[in-house]
Amino acid sequence: MARRAALLQALPSPAAESDGGQDRLRAVRRGAVPFGYLSPTVVLLMILMVIPIVMVIGYSLMDNVIMKKNPQLVGFKHYIDILTSDTFWSAASNTAFFTVVSVVAHLVIGLLFALMLNSPLLGGRTKAVFRTIYVLPWLFTVAIIAVLWRLLLDPNGVVNYLLTTTGLTGTQIEWLSSPETALFAVTFINIWSGYPFYMTSLLAGLQGIPGDYYEAAEVDGANAWQQFARITVPQLKPIIISMALLDFIWTTQQFALIWMTTGGGPLGTTEMLSTFTYKLAFTKYQFGTASAAAVIVLTISMVLAFFYVRAQRARD
Amino acid sequence: MSRRTRSTLARIGLIAALVIGAGYAALPVLWMLSSSFKPNTDIFAYPPQLIPQNFTWDAYAAIFTDPTKVRFFLNSYFVSLSVTVLTLLVAVLAAFAFSRFDFPFKKVLNVVIVSVQAVPPITLLIPYFGLIVFLGVYNTYQGLILTYLVFTLPYAIIMMTGYFNTLPRELDEAVKVDGGSSWTALWRILVPVSVPGLVSVGIYTFMIAWNEYLFALTLTKTPEMRTVPIGIQLLMGQHSYEWNQMMSMSILGCIPILLLFLFFQRYFIGGMTAGAVKN
Repeated sequence: MARRAALLQALPSPAAESDGGQDRLRAVRRGAVPFGYLSPTVVLLMILMVIPIVMVIGYSLMDNVIMKKNPQLVGFKHYIDILTSDTFWSAASNTAFFTVVSVVAHLVIGLLFALMLNSPLLGGRTKAVFRTIYVLPWLFTVAIIAVLWRLLLDPNGVVNYLLTTTGLTGTQIEWLSSPETALFAVTFINIWSGYPFYMTSLLAGLQGIPGDYYEAAEVDGANAWQQFARITVPQLKPIIISMALLDFIWTTQQFALIWMTTGGGPLGTTEMLSTFTYKLAFTKYQFGTASAAAVIVLTISMVLAFFYVRAQRARD
Repeated sequence: MSRRTRSTLARIGLIAALVIGAGYAALPVLWMLSSSFKPNTDIFAYPPQLIPQNFTWDAYAAIFTDPTKVRFFLNSYFVSLSVTVLTLLVAVLAAFAFSRFDFPFKKVLNVVIVSVQAVPPITLLIPYFGLIVFLGVYNTYQGLILTYLVFTLPYAIIMMTGYFNTLPRELDEAVKVDGGSSWTALWRILVPVSVPGLVSVGIYTFMIAWNEYLFALTLTKTPEMRTVPIGIQLLMGQHSYEWNQMMSMSILGCIPILLLFLFFQRYFIGGMTAGAVKN
C-alpha cells in the first residue's frame, strides 16, 4: 500500500535567521509573510484534521448523529458498549496477530533479500535485474493485490494445484473462506505485498555502511556471522526500529486488503479493528458507536506514533 | 577446498536463493499477466496454464469498449493528477515558509503536520462522511480530491522543506539585493532548481491518490464516479466473476505506476525511503 511510504519524520530545522535592528512595523509585516505562505496549509489542516477529529470525538459521545437529525449526548456509553463486546476484542486480537506476524516477516524477508542483493559476489547488472523483480509487489495497489490473491488462492486455483500435485496437502483448501486458514491467508498476502519497502530501505542502509568496518573485522579474524551480528545489525538498527514502528502503525490500520479478500469473515476470523469500525458505521449506520471505535483506533495509533517520534529523535 | 571453489559455490548458492526469491516475488505477477490473456473459461483450467493456450485480447477489449470501465480510468487519472498539482502547489508554499522563515507556533505546526500521518484513515472517514454530505460534495471529484490532500500534504511538505534546506540561502539573498520579494525568490530561483525534489514528491503523491481505496469506496456512489481500485472490485459480480477482466484491469491499473517506476527509478526509491534512511 502506498501510504506505507509516508513518513513520520520531523521537519528538518532550518538555520535561525537573526533580525536585529529592524524597525517595528517592518518586523510585524515580515512576521506576517510566512503565514501568508502557510495559509493554504493551515486552512486545509483545519478542515481535514482538526475539525474532523473534534467531530469524531463529539460523535462518539452522542447518539443519532449524521443520518438522524436529533443528536443526544450519551456520555461514555458507546465506549463501554465497545469495550465490553466480544467482537471488539476478537477484532483487536486478530489485528494484533496480523500486525505482529506481518511486521516480523516483512523485516526478516526484507533483510534477507537486501543482504542477498548487496552481496559482493554479484555483478551490478545481476543486482539491478533482481532488485527490479523483488520490488514488483510494491507497484500494485491493494485492490489489485487482493483480487490477484483471491484468484491464486481460489479452491480451484494455482496454489492448491501446486500443493496437491506435490502431495503437500491432500485436498483443495478454501484458504480465504474457511475459519481455520483465513487469518493466515490474509497475513500471508500482506507479507507478500509489504516486504519491498523494507528491502529497499535496508539495501540503501547496507550500502551506507563503510567498507573498512568489514575489512577491519576481517583482519581481526571475525567470521561472516560475527560480522553480521557485530557490524551489520548495529549499523542498521536505527533504520530497522523506525521502519518496524511505521509498519506497525500502518498494518494496524489495514482495511482494503481485508475488505476485498474476506470482508472480515468467515465467522469474524479476519475481522480487524478497521473493518469492525467500518461495518459499524457504513453497514449498520451506528455512527455513534463507530466513532467511539474510531477514537479508540486513533488512540492506539497515537501511542505508536509517540514511540516512533521518540525513536526518530534519538536517531538525530 | 580452495578459496576459489568456495567462492564459486557460494555464488551458485546465492544465485539459487535469488531465483527462489524471484519466484516468490514475480510468479503471482506473471500469473496475473497470463490470466489477463485467457478467456474467462480457461482461468481455472486443469492443469493450470502459465502460457495461455487460447491466447486472446478479449479481456482488454471488454475494458476498452465499455464506457463505464474506461470512465474508471479517466476518473483515476483526473483525480490523481489534480491531487498531485494541488499538493505540489500548497506544499511548495508551506515548505518555503518552514525553510526560510522563523515564526511563532512553528514547532506546534510541525508536530501537527508530522502526526497527521499517523492518524488512521478510518477515524477520519466518519467525520469526513458527515462533512462531505454537509458541503454537498458527496459523490463528486471535489470531495475525493479534497480528502486525499490529508494523505499527501504532510509528506510533501516535509520532503520539500528538506529539499529547500539543502539549497543555499545566498540564492534568495541575491534576489533581495536586487530588490525582489521573497515571492520572486521562491518562484524564479528556488522552484526551478528544485525539479528533482518536485518530481520525487509528485510521483509519490500520484501513487497515493491512484491507489486510494477506502475514501473512494465510501465517498463516491455511482459507477461514473468510481476510480480504478473500486472498478476492479465491481467486476466481482454477484453471480459471476470476470476473472480475466479483473486481471486485465489490474494490469492496466498498474501501468502508470510501472512507467513512473521505470523512468524515474532513482527519484522513486529516493523519495520513498527518505524517511527510513538518514541523509
